[in-house]
Parts: sequence; structure tokens; C-alpha cells
Amino acid sequence: MSLTVTDLRVYYRTLRGDVKALDGVTFTVADGEIMGLAGESGSGKSTLGKSLIRLDGRMRHVGGTVELDGDELPIGDDARMDAFRFHRVSVIPQYSMSALNPTRKIGKMVAELMASRGVRLEPAELERRLDLVGLSREVLDRYPMELSGGMKQRVVMVISTLLNPSLLIADEVTSALDVSSQKAVAGTLLQLRDAGLVTSMIVVTHDISLVYQIADTIMVMYAGRLAEKAPAGVLVTEPRHPYTKMLISALPEVGVRYEEDSRLSGIPGSPPPLLDPPGGCRFRDRCPIAFDRCAEQPPFVEIGPGHSVACWKAGE
Amino acid sequence: MLKLDNVSKVYRVGAFGGRTMTAVSDVSFEVNAGEVVSLIGESGSGKSTIGRMILRLTPVSRGAITLNDTDISAVSSTKDYYRHVQGVFQDPFSCFNPIFKADRVFAMIKEAYFPQVSAADWRGRVESALKSVRLDPGQVLGRYPHQLSGGQLQRMLIARAVLLDIRLLVADEIISMLDASTRIDVLNLLADLRARGLGILFVTHDLSLGNYVSDRTVVLRNGKIVEMGRTELVFGDPRHPYTRSLLASVPRLDVKWIDEPETEDGDAAGPCPYHDSPEESRTRPGLAEVEEDHFVACSGCADHPPQAEPRTLAKENA
Repeated sequence: MSLTVTDLRVYYRTLRGDVKALDGVTFTVADGEIMGLAGESGSGKSTLGKSLIRLDGRMRHVGGTVELDGDELPIGDDARMDAFRFHRVSVIPQYSMSALNPTRKIGKMVAELMASRGVRLEPAELERRLDLVGLSREVLDRYPMELSGGMKQRVVMVISTLLNPSLLIADEVTSALDVSSQKAVAGTLLQLRDAGLVTSMIVVTHDISLVYQIADTIMVMYAGRLAEKAPAGVLVTEPRHPYTKMLISALPEVGVRYEEDSRLSGIPGSPPPLLDPPGGCRFRDRCPIAFDRCAEQPPFVEIGPGHSVACWKAGE
Repeated sequence: MLKLDNVSKVYRVGAFGGRTMTAVSDVSFEVNAGEVVSLIGESGSGKSTIGRMILRLTPVSRGAITLNDTDISAVSSTKDYYRHVQGVFQDPFSCFNPIFKADRVFAMIKEAYFPQVSAADWRGRVESALKSVRLDPGQVLGRYPHQLSGGQLQRMLIARAVLLDIRLLVADEIISMLDASTRIDVLNLLADLRARGLGILFVTHDLSLGNYVSDRTVVLRNGKIVEMGRTELVFGDPRHPYTRSLLASVPRLDVKWIDEPETEDGDAAGPCPYHDSPEESRTRPGLAEVEEDHFVACSGCADHPPQAEPRTLAKENA
């Protein structure tokens, strides 16, 4: 088992108290698995992604453990995490444009980064990886501003995986790109896994249809908790959590047209405040099938092969 | 109603404006009352520039934009123009001043356009405008922007536009920053406004959103129209290789990319639906009508050499 996360809680410190952005999350990611992590803004998906690599100053590790290939990640300890960071866990940040140093040519920047980690990199290996993501060697002689957004994103992907991490976290890597570069970048993620440069991957996104294209499993978060995790095909065709169902039916697919009598509808209401969230199921105020028992938090239980849901009515 | 006639936009770029860059070239289309036209293109295609020209935020370099047969650049009072034409933009959060309550945008409309209307009467108008965008006035009035969600703010901006006697709404990427669960509600609003007889220009990079709501579609690439026509025709039977490759790149929930055969690249010179030979493309430029209300540009001919991925400074999600 590559990654095992048990009851992870990460809160944001604010003047008014703790914002419970990640409130008890338990899941595993197998070797070779690409897991899509979907959710809306404020669902905690980015917090989860960040927790596995680096907590920023406002984030506090409150409880729970993260185990990667048998070793516990000291996620609350920034200095000790350094030993794992980029060697074992790596990240592709959302804004590749701001991840690159504008004053260095790409090749120089890569050399400096490798030197800072004390690793020697064969130029041939770097070139092989550039070929893999479909970049020409000339990019090494270019400044970041000379590259298009899709190219920069792919440069960052190469840099992030230079040390062959066991787990790669891709945080909204395609959301700032055009549809055609989106497809290329998503394809590159698959190639990184297939070429064995990374063992497993968590792809954080708000776009279920995009992650469905590349992920083996999809996990949906809502208001800091897990709602549902299932193999990608199952989640899309037979979702069991009411939130997942409503989210998927709210997507205007290509080919779906507006009609007066059968318009698609969104999910009314908004997620609960996480500063002081209500007890029980956090979706119950917006849920059409909520009943008395929802005042009690439903457990995240497995109802089918690899398919877990946190809903009292999931079995029906 | 709104008509663009061979509109071009040329920007001066470089240190002393020594070079020029054509952002929009020879674009012609119409938006009629009671119609949603979606303007689809990737970053740098000029779709937002067209929206900005219609909103008079940037002047037209060549060609003319007319609203009900009046050239919009000839309308001397911008205030009168904005009474009829309004825009809503991508980022609802930056449209509000965080220091003031969000409903100040309505008060500003009253000051500028309806100073004679009584306060009670105005409140009634605001409430009915809010109800028309499916907002509960009690939930949004008197709140600060940070207390409202992106979808609520975006709908308030649409309500603000509706308070005026608008005939045309330019909706520039209004959905992109919203969450999936509220997106569709804002999109449905455009259909409600259409039913009230407004013309709407819906600028987007998302093909599925454009397909969902629009009556007609204009696909732009590098400032030129590559294909336009009735939405069912453009999406159902795309003729231009670029439109096809765009459609194939849209992630879907029923088909996986890897199960699909590789489609041709948009840059590849496919058979041109328009010209029989490269020579002919010089004598017959422009768009060809391949069927009723379906126009396609020349694709594989000599005057459209395949272009490499542009080296660009432009921000990606324009």
C-alpha cells in the first residue's frame, strides 16, 4: 500500500478560531494508482493536497497520521519533512507560471535545483524526460516567459518528478489552461506514471470530467470530509452519495442542450461554515433525501469493491 | 440588433509601439434580440477583445459595430450607451469594493440613471431584479462582498445590469470562476434573460457551456472566425478541423480519450471544405456557407500556414 491516510485533521488558525478545513479523512492510494480528488471550493481538497507536502504557516496538524510506503510522514514538522519532500512526495503546483524563476533559463534553474538537493543528474536523463512530455531540448535555453502556459506546466512536471517520487500531488494543474493544452497536460500525467517516474498520484481538481479521463479512482470531498470514493467509471455512472449524484447531474456535457422544461439544475444552498460546522452529515441542509439520522455523522464505509460512501442511505 | 461588420483590432506592441499585433481580424456576425450567441475560442483568440470593443472599453481599429443601425462609436454619451448595453465579467470578487456593502452597486445605478425614482419605488425595483436572477433579497441585501458566494455576487451583477433598460448583455466568461454546483444556475439565468427578449453575447472557452445555452455559435482562432452558425450545426456537424480538434479535446463523462481514435490536429492541413485549390483561396477569401446558417473558413490552403505553438506573454485564461 503506497499511501495510507488515517483520520487526518488539519485546521487553519484564524483570529476567530480554527477553521476545520480537513476534518477526519481516511483513505488509501495503492501503488500505481492515479486518484482524482474532486470537490468545490472550500471542500478541503487543496488543504489535503498541501498537507501531504508542506503545511503553510496558518495550517496546523491537529491529528491523524500519513504513512507512505511504510514510513510515517512527519507532516506537522516542517524541518523533518524536508527529507521526504521531492524525494518521496512531490507536488506540481497550480500556477506553474509563478513556480519558475523568471530570471533563470530553464536549464540553469534545473541545475541549481539539483545542486541544492545534492543530486547529480545526467543530461541525457533530463533530455529523455523532456522527450517524454513532448518538449524540445531548446526549452533549457529559454526563459520561462518565452514559453506558453502549457509548456511551462510541462516543464514544472519534469522538474517535480526528477527525483522519482513515490507520490506526486498535482494541484489543479489543468485549470488555467485551454482545452487543447489541458488534454496534452493530462496525457503527460498518465505518461509519468506509465514510465514509472512516479509510483502513484493524487490529481486535485474541480473538474470531474477531466479527472475521469485519467484517474483510476475518484474521491469526492465535501466541507472537509470525504463523501465518496470509487473507481472512476463507477463513480461517474453509479454514484451513491447524493452530493456526487447532484454534482454530476449539474454538469452540462457536450451535447446537452438547454430546454425550457428539462433544464439542468445546480445544488441549492451553500456549504456550511467550517469555523464552527454543525454536527452530523455536513451535506444534510442541501440534501434532498436527508432524514433524522443525518444529525449523526455517517461513517465512510465500503459498500462495493473499492467503493466507499459516507451516507446513511447509500445502501438503498 | 447588434452587428459587427468586418471588425478588426490592431494593438501596437513593442518598445515604442513599433510593431503591431492583430488581435481581431475581419470579424462579422450579428446578435439578434432574444438570442444567445456564444463566442468560443482559446486564450489569445480575441474573444474578450471583441467583448471589450462592443462595450466600448477599447476602440475599434477597422470596421464598424452597429447597434440598431447606429454606429456605437458615434454615440456621444457613453452613459446613454450603457443604458442599453452592459457587461458582466469573469471575476465577481474584483467587481465589488470590499469596503462597501455589495448592494452599493445598485445604489450607484440609481444615482447615475434614476435619481428621480423614490427610495421605496427603487427598493421594489431592486427586489424584483434580484428575484429575476433567483436571489432572495433578504439574503443578499445589506451584506458585504466577502459574506456572499461567487455565484451570488455574479447574479447580483446580472441583476444590476437588468435594472437598466438593457437590450444587450456581454457575458465574458461569467461561469469560469464559479463552482460546479452553482454554474448551471447562472447559465440558466442567461436563458431566462433571453426569454425576456435580450440579446446575449456569451464569451467562453468552455465548449460544453456554449453548447448548452446558445442559439448560435462563433468559433474564433487567432482573431479570425473559423466556423459559425446555428449551434446544433456547429457542434453536431463541425466542418473545420480546428473545431473538430477542440471538440475532441473536451473531457466528457461518457467517452475516455484513450478509447477514441486519434483525431487530426487542428494545424494539420485537412481537406479544405471551401476551396478546391490553394490558388482559389487568394481570390475567394472569407467564409463559405456550407449549409443554411453554417459558415466555415478555409482550412488547408496556402494563406493559412500551420502555426507553431505561439511564444506568448499573454495570460493563459484570458
